[in-house]
Order: sequence, then structure tokens, then C-alpha cells
Amino acid sequence: MVPLNWYLMLSAVVFMIGVFGFLTRRNIIIMFMSIELLLNAVNISLVAFSHYLQDMRGQILAVFIITVAAAEAAIGLAIIIALFRNKDTVHADEMSEMKG
Amino acid sequence: MLSELFFGYYASAIVIFSLLVVTRSNPVHSVMWMLLLFFHIAGLYLFLNAEFVAAIQIIVYAGAILVLFLFILLFLNLREELKVKRFIGAWPAGLFVTTALLVIVLSVVRSFVPGPAGKYSIEFIKQETHTKALGKLLYTDYLFPFEIASLVLLVAIIGAIVLAKRKTRSK
Amino acid sequence: MNNYLLIPFLPLAAFLINILFGRKYLKDNAHWVSILAVAGSWVVTVITLLDVLSGKVVNEDIYSWIVSGEFKVSVGFLIDQLTAVMLVVVTTCSALIHIYSVGYMQGDKGYYRFFAYLSLFTFCMLMLVMANNFLQLYFGWEGVGLCSYFLIGYYFDKKPASDAGKKAFIVNRFGDFGFGLGIIMIFLTFGTVYYEPVFSQAKVFAVQTINFLGYDVHLMTLIALLLFCGSIGKSAQMPLHVWLPDAMEGPTPVSALIHAATMVTAGVFLVARCSPIFSLSETALMIVALTGAITSLFAATIGLVQNDIKRIIAYSTISQLGYMFLAAGVGAYTAGMFHLYTHAFFKALLFLCAGSVMHAMSGELDLQKMGGLKKYMPITYWTMLFASLSIAGVPGFAGFFSKDEILWLAYSGQSPVGKFVWAIGTVVAFLTAFYSFRLIFLTFHGKFRGTYEQEHHLHESPKAMTIPLIILCIGAVASGWIGIPHLLGGGEHFTEFLTPVLGHPEAHGTHAEEWLVMAISIIAGFSGVGLAALFYLVKTDIPVMLAQKFNATYKVLWNKYYVDELYSFIIVRPTIWTAKNILIGVTDAKIIEAIVNGIPKGIGEFSRILRKVQTGLLQRYAAIMALGVLIIMAVMLLR
Repeated sequence: MVPLNWYLMLSAVVFMIGVFGFLTRRNIIIMFMSIELLLNAVNISLVAFSHYLQDMRGQILAVFIITVAAAEAAIGLAIIIALFRNKDTVHADEMSEMKG
Repeated sequence: MLSELFFGYYASAIVIFSLLVVTRSNPVHSVMWMLLLFFHIAGLYLFLNAEFVAAIQIIVYAGAILVLFLFILLFLNLREELKVKRFIGAWPAGLFVTTALLVIVLSVVRSFVPGPAGKYSIEFIKQETHTKALGKLLYTDYLFPFEIASLVLLVAIIGAIVLAKRKTRSK
Repeated sequence: MNNYLLIPFLPLAAFLINILFGRKYLKDNAHWVSILAVAGSWVVTVITLLDVLSGKVVNEDIYSWIVSGEFKVSVGFLIDQLTAVMLVVVTTCSALIHIYSVGYMQGDKGYYRFFAYLSLFTFCMLMLVMANNFLQLYFGWEGVGLCSYFLIGYYFDKKPASDAGKKAFIVNRFGDFGFGLGIIMIFLTFGTVYYEPVFSQAKVFAVQTINFLGYDVHLMTLIALLLFCGSIGKSAQMPLHVWLPDAMEGPTPVSALIHAATMVTAGVFLVARCSPIFSLSETALMIVALTGAITSLFAATIGLVQNDIKRIIAYSTISQLGYMFLAAGVGAYTAGMFHLYTHAFFKALLFLCAGSVMHAMSGELDLQKMGGLKKYMPITYWTMLFASLSIAGVPGFAGFFSKDEILWLAYSGQSPVGKFVWAIGTVVAFLTAFYSFRLIFLTFHGKFRGTYEQEHHLHESPKAMTIPLIILCIGAVASGWIGIPHLLGGGEHFTEFLTPVLGHPEAHGTHAEEWLVMAISIIAGFSGVGLAALFYLVKTDIPVMLAQKFNATYKVLWNKYYVDELYSFIIVRPTIWTAKNILIGVTDAKIIEAIVNGIPKGIGEFSRILRKVQTGLLQRYAAIMALGVLIIMAVMLLR
């Protein structure tokens, strides 16, 4: 029997890979993929909890997270399209409109 | 022993694919690796007796979201994308922060103690069937969040259209 | 509702109507509202006077104004004999001067504004005299001061007028500060600011002293002197007299109403009203008497040499106000009030006549450019002559009776300075007669000394102006007849009437002495008139010769004893210097501005540094956030 902690560690590793990708990649689409990684990492731990605690709530949350991820991907990619149209780039470090 | 082996394969595949996703310079490759990653995650869900989640993992992620990503990638000039740098200049800093966080989280996870088990044991779910058990909960106790999720999707549809629409110049 | 409420509130209503609708709708008809209101006030005043004569005294609150713990003040009215006298003076003069203004102010672009302020002034003055507590008195007091400021500066586009308005206002601050402190002292002592309990309890505190700056001061003296500070400012006594001559920059009806007949007498009214307090302090009374006497002499001597027709009358006003204080100071409050009452008529008349002359002379004020106006404006001449006879103290005229009563009571009263102030009063009576008739002779007799155009333009004033002159002239002649002394077979009705409020003045002297005092004052008056006639009708070269011979004295008098220059040197210039160099230069620029500008500047500098953090790079933000999470988790783990 695989212990729960293994799943949690896997989840943490995937999550941190996602964070790394988000923090370091220039391409904004890859950054979005990194976000998907983060969501998936969380889903892994939720489903694992659900299985080990014998409680369906984890899976229900996972379903909601997938829903939200779909919505987020749609909106986010629409933003990328709008951004690309205006700035002609998909590189996050080339945009500094928020500069103070 | 078998289950450990099984888990070992899936876990190492997931980690490797994740790393590939965030490091490939060609975004199309990244998407492809991500597709594989999602299938493996779905496999892991099956291993955890979560058939329904595994199914929507494939349908929604692999079927819908990744297709969206591919679709967006059509906008990009891929050839030029391959020439430029992948990472920002300060990527070691990101690596350091991430690693430090990972060390902390891993060290915390080891001392995690699970709470008492609930009533959805494997036997109960076998008897009930998984999708029915999930559906029952979703349409009773979680009806309200469920409806809100539908609204979120609606807003996302409208928002995506509004944002991506080409602005017509009004005189 | 009691009809006496109409007395102050009719003018208030007129003010509101004029100020709100005057500019657009009433325009040249603005006077109707004000005149009707003031005339209504006058009618109600007469009815009220009849009530008071039959012995009815009203003292009631109509509206709770301020309630704060122990401190309770209402808008309330006290109508006793003293108030009734003031009401008659104020409403009569105000009504006549309103009518006069119709002629005088005709065609002025601020016509409605003038009448609005005049009505507001009347309201404030009536609130002042009708108050039944010190705070309402103070309200009226400041209200009339405000109106005075408005009306002195009525021609605000003329620099001297606006300066004079400011001067009047600021000089009055000095006095009113003391007055305010006096009211506070009254509240601290008596726990109330209502007249009735204050005056009835005053005797309880008669011997009490208070530690003031380390000295034991007689409490009643302190209160009385603080109140008297207000009187000094408002009634233009030494040393705060400087504003009144300058106030003549205002329109002449204003000078007549505010700066002769009513507002400036408020100080005398205050002393009379607070007579129960003043009577308990011999020191305060003595200071009042001496201030009055010295002021009256001082102003009369200045009046001798001035050439500006309105300024002469203004100095005459200061001098006569000094007379009233002199009377109050020797304990003869009724005599002071009597003089206030007669003075209101003849002094208002003098001013209105001066206004009439100015009207004919196209605004000319210099006596040296007048002369021989008698044949062009007979009504003005005769009325002004009667007013001058009255002020000179010629027997039979109003001024004679009131002045004589003051002099007699000063001579015979118990005041330690009585004889001294009597002597000054007699000298002043002589000087008054002299300068009044100098004015008459230079204006109306002799040859015209102005330009040809002015002579061509000379005319008698319109009826709206001459009718008030005639009515006031009757007052100037006859108003004294209600106070004819027993010695001349009169009834002293005025004194009798005011006795319930002010007490009966004590006189210790024989009939022979009384005759003597009267004779001396008559001689003083006549010799003043005679000397003026000699100087300005018969031998017109004498004054010029005297001025040359006593050049130094003449210069001092001509420059009003250099008081303005002195104040400018001691107070005004140091104040302006302090304001410019210390308040603006140091406090404002170096301290306040430094703080006010320094804080935003510091914040600006700080944010300029902090701004560098805001790179606008999305991933930098995310990294910092991750770092924050890392730190929080590390802290939680290590704890």
C-alpha cells in the first residue's frame, strides 16, 4: 500500500515545478501552462486525500477545480489574444505597463 | 510491492513530464508533453479509485484546454520563438525560491497525520458505483456551489468573447 | 405674541427682503420696504413707551438660545424705562434717517444694499438695547459693529473708505476683547449672564477681591473696567477714539445714524445698564469720569482747527460722548442718558445738515471752500443753526438742559473728581460753542469761496431730505423740555422716569450754587459763540494770525495730537513688521510651510525610492510574493 505522504510529496514537487515555470519562463503561454500544473498538483493531493480519508469531498473539490481551470484557461487565453494584438509580443518581461 | 512500482512509474513520469513542460523552448512541444502528463495524472486517479475525476481529467484537460492552448499557439511566430531566450535573466532566483519552498513543504509533509476516515470506503463505493455516489453528493449537499460553477462558466464564455473580440472602430 | 417683538424683527425682515430681492427686483424701490419696517417699529415703540409710562416692565425669554451645562442663555427681551428711552431714540432717528437717505442716496448703484444694511443695523441696535442678558447684548454689540464696518466701507471702491472700515473694526476689537472678558468674569462670578440676577446679587460681591496676575483686585472694579473697555471702543473714547473721525468716509446718513445718534452711544447705554455694578466701585467710576472728561476736552480742542465739515462734527461727537461718560462717572447716569437722548437729535441733525451741504456742494467737505450758503439753502441753514444753538448750550434749547444737568451734578455730586471734571466740562462747553459756530459762520456766512461751477450748482436739498431736517430740528429744540430742572420751574420728568432703573442722582448744593453753575455754563456758551463771531465774521484775520503765532500748538491740534502717528509707530507698524518678518517670514515660510511642504516632499522622496520596486514586470511581483510565502512558512516552521 502506497502511503498518503508519497502522493502529497508528488503533489508538492509538481506544484513547485509549476511555480518555477511561472516565475522564470518568458513566454506567457508557458506561464499559463505552469498555472495548469499548479492546479493539477492540487488536484492530485485532493484526490489522494479523498481516497485515504474515504471522503468524497476531495473529489468534488477536484471537479470544481477542473471547472474553474477551464474557465480560467478560456479567459486567460482571451487576454493573451488581446494582449498580443496590442503589444505584438507574448513575452512577459517585455511588458511593463504597471511600472510605477 | 506492485502498487509501489506502479506509483513509482507514474510519479517519476509525472515529475519528468512536468519538468519538460516548463523547460521546452518550443511551446508546441510543451503542450504535447503536457498531454502525456495529463494522461498519467488520469492514470494516477484511476489508481486512487476516482474513475469519474480521471474521465473528466482527460475530457476537459486533454480534450478542451490543451486544444485551446494549441489554438492560441497558432498566433505565434514559432520560428522566432525558438531563437529567443526561454527564461528571464533572474531565473536562478526563481529556482532558489522554488527549491527553498519545496524543501520546507517536503519537510512538513512528512509529519502529516491524516484524520479519521469517512463513510465512503472502497466497499461502499463499489456497492454504490463511484459516479452515482459523487453525483448524489454534487446534486444535494453541493448543489449551490455547483450552480455557481455553472455561472462561472457562463461568465467565462462571455468574458472570453468580449476580450478576444476585434474592436470595431466607431466613428 | 407680544407686539413689542415687532420692534426688532420688522427691520430684520426688511433687511432679508432687501438683501435677497433688492438687486434684481426692488432696485430703486428698495427704500419702501425699509422705511415701512422702521416706521412700523417706531409706531410699536410709541405704544410700548406708553405701556412703560403706565408702569409696565417686560422681562421675558422667547427662545432658548444656548444651553450648555450650567450655562443657559435665551433670546429674551427686557423693556424697562432705560430700554424705552433707547428705543425711542433709535427708532426715531432711524426712521428719519431712512427717509433722508431716499433723497441723499438717490441714484447710487448700491441703493438696495445701503437700505439693507441700514435695516440690519437698526435690528442689531434694537437687539442690543432690548436684550435681557449680556450675551444677547454682546450679539447686538458685535452686530452693530459689523454693520458699521459695512457702511463705513460702503464706497468700498474708494481706498480711504475701505481702510476706514477696517480701522473701525480693528480698533473696536481692542475694546470688545475687554468687554468679552468682562462677560466671562460676570459668568464666573454670578454663574449667569442675565441682567436681573446679576444686578440683584452684585451687592453680595461688593467687597470681594480676586487674585489677578498676583495682585488682589477688587472684583467689581475689575468687571466694571472690563465692561468699560467695550464702551471705550464702541463710543470712541480715549485712547480708542481714532476710528470715529475716519469713519466719516461712509455716507452721511450713516454718520448721522451710527456714528452720532445711536451706535456710538451704546457704550454709554452699557455703563448706564450696568450701573448697579459700576456704582459698587468708586475706582471704576472715577476712571469713567476722567476718561470722559479728558476725551471731551481732547476732542474739542482738535475740533477747533479742523477744516473738514464732517470731521469737526465727528470730534464734536467724541467730545459729547465724553460728556456722557463724565456724567455716568460722577454717578449721574440719568443725566448721561438725558444728554444721550438730546444729543441724538441735535447731532443727527448736524450731520444731516452737513450731508445737505455736501449734496449742494457736490461732495465738497472743506470749510475753506464754502461760505455764504445761507441764501441758497435757507432750510438747511436754519435747522443747522438751531442744532448748533442746542449743542452750544444756549438756554431754552435741548442741549442746554442736559448739559447743565451734567455740570451741576458733577459739581455737586460726591465723586472725588467731581469739581475737576466740572471745570473741564465748562471749558469744553466753551470750546463746543466756539467750534460749532465757527462751522456755521464759515459755511453759511461771508462770501462763497468755492469754484464758479460749485456756486452755479448750489441749491436747496429735495423734500425727502429737508423734512427729516425739520422734524429733527423740533427734537433738537424741544426734546430737552421734558427734563427742565426744578430750579427753572420744570418737572425733571426725564430723571423721574429713569429713577426706577438708574436711581436718583444725589446733589449736595445750595440753590445759589446751582444758579452759579448754570450761569457759568451759559457764559461759557455765549462767549464761545461770541468769540467765533468775532473771529470769523468781524475780524477774519485773527485766526490766521493766531495760527501763525502759536504755530506749534496749531500744528499739534491740526494733526490731532499725533495720536494716529503714535499708534502707527507703536502698534500698527510693529504689528505689520511682525506679521511680515516673523509670521510670514519665519512662522509661515520656515515652520508651517516647511511642515506642510516637507511631509509631502518626504513622502515623495520615499516613494521615488519605493517606486523602483514597481518594475511592472509580472514575474518580479510573483517572485516577491513567493518569497513572502517562503518567509511566512519558514517563520511558522521555526517557531
